[in-house]
Amino acid sequence: MEKQNVQGENYQVIGDPETATVYFKGSLRLGGMKEYEPIIKILDEMIQQDPSLITLNLRELEFLNSSGISMLSKFVLNVRKKKTIQIEIKGSDKIPWQGKSLKNLQRLMPGLKLELE
Amino acid sequence: MHKIFGEFQENLSDEEEFLILGFSPSSIPIQQRWRNNGLSADFVADYLTTFFPAIDEDPDPEGKRVEIKGAVSYIANELLENAMKFNDDNSSYPIKFGLHILDIATEITLVLLATNSVSKQSLNKFQSFIHELLESDLDELYIRQLEKSAEDETGAASGLGLLTMKNDYFAKLGWKFETVQQEPEVVTVTTMVQLKV
Repeated sequence: MEKQNVQGENYQVIGDPETATVYFKGSLRLGGMKEYEPIIKILDEMIQQDPSLITLNLRELEFLNSSGISMLSKFVLNVRKKKTIQIEIKGSDKIPWQGKSLKNLQRLMPGLKLELE
Repeated sequence: MHKIFGEFQENLSDEEEFLILGFSPSSIPIQQRWRNNGLSADFVADYLTTFFPAIDEDPDPEGKRVEIKGAVSYIANELLENAMKFNDDNSSYPIKFGLHILDIATEITLVLLATNSVSKQSLNKFQSFIHELLESDLDELYIRQLEKSAEDETGAASGLGLLTMKNDYFAKLGWKFETVQQEPEVVTVTTMVQLKV
C-alpha cells in the first residue's frame, strides 16, 4: 500500500497504511469541512482497512482550528461506531492546544489512548 | 437595537495597551482572505507576548509565553474566522478585531473582540445559540455539539470555536448586538472574549 499525502501552504498530512498511522504537521486552519475533505478521505480509508489500532501522530501539529477539531471528532465517532478499532493519539505537551483540547476526544471514546510527551 | 448577552464590558479604557485591526469585507473575496486570519492571529499573539512584563516574573517564563501565545492565537483565529464567515456580505461595514490588555490590581486580563455586521436572517439563530451556550451545562453541550458537527456534513455553525474557548481555555464570553446605521439598517455583533493570564 502506498503512503497518502496531502500538503498545503503550512501543513502536511501523511497516511501510512503499513503502520496504520496518520501524521499531521504544521498549522491546519482550513475553512470548514469541505476544505478538510482530502484529509478526511485519508482518515476514512484508514478505517476501511480495519486495522486493530489506528495511530494519529500530532506531535508536530502546532495549530488546529475548531473545524479541524471537528474533523478529529468525526473520525473518533466513526471509529467508535465500528467497534473493532482502537485509537492511539500521540501528541506533544509542548504544544498548548493539545493539552487543552485533545482530552475531549477521550470523552467521545473513553478507550482512546492519549499520550502527550 | 442594543442588546448585551453574557459577560461584556461596554466601556473599555483606551489608557492601557490596545491594538485594533480593520478589514473591509468587500475588497477581497473571503476565500482569498482566509489565510489572513491565521496571519493576523499569529501577529496579534506575537505582538502581545513581546511586551508582556508579567511573563518574566513567572517561574517558567518560556512555558508561560508559549501558553499565552497559543491561547491568543487560537482565540483570535476563531474570532476572525467567525467574523468572516457570518459577516453580512450585503453590507460594506468593516470587520474589526481588537485586543486590549487590562491590568487591574495585579491581575491581567486579555480582552479579544471581533465585530461584524449580521443579516436579519442569521440574527435570531445566533441569539438562540448564545442562549443555549449561556444556559446549558457546558460539558454536555460541548459533547453534543461535537457529535452534532461530526454528523453534519457541512460542519457549519456548530459553535465549536466558542465552546472550546469556554470549555478548554476557561474564557468568559459576551456579545453586543447594536444598530450602527439606519436606512439601510446595519446591525453588528461584537463578540468579546476575556482571558485571565
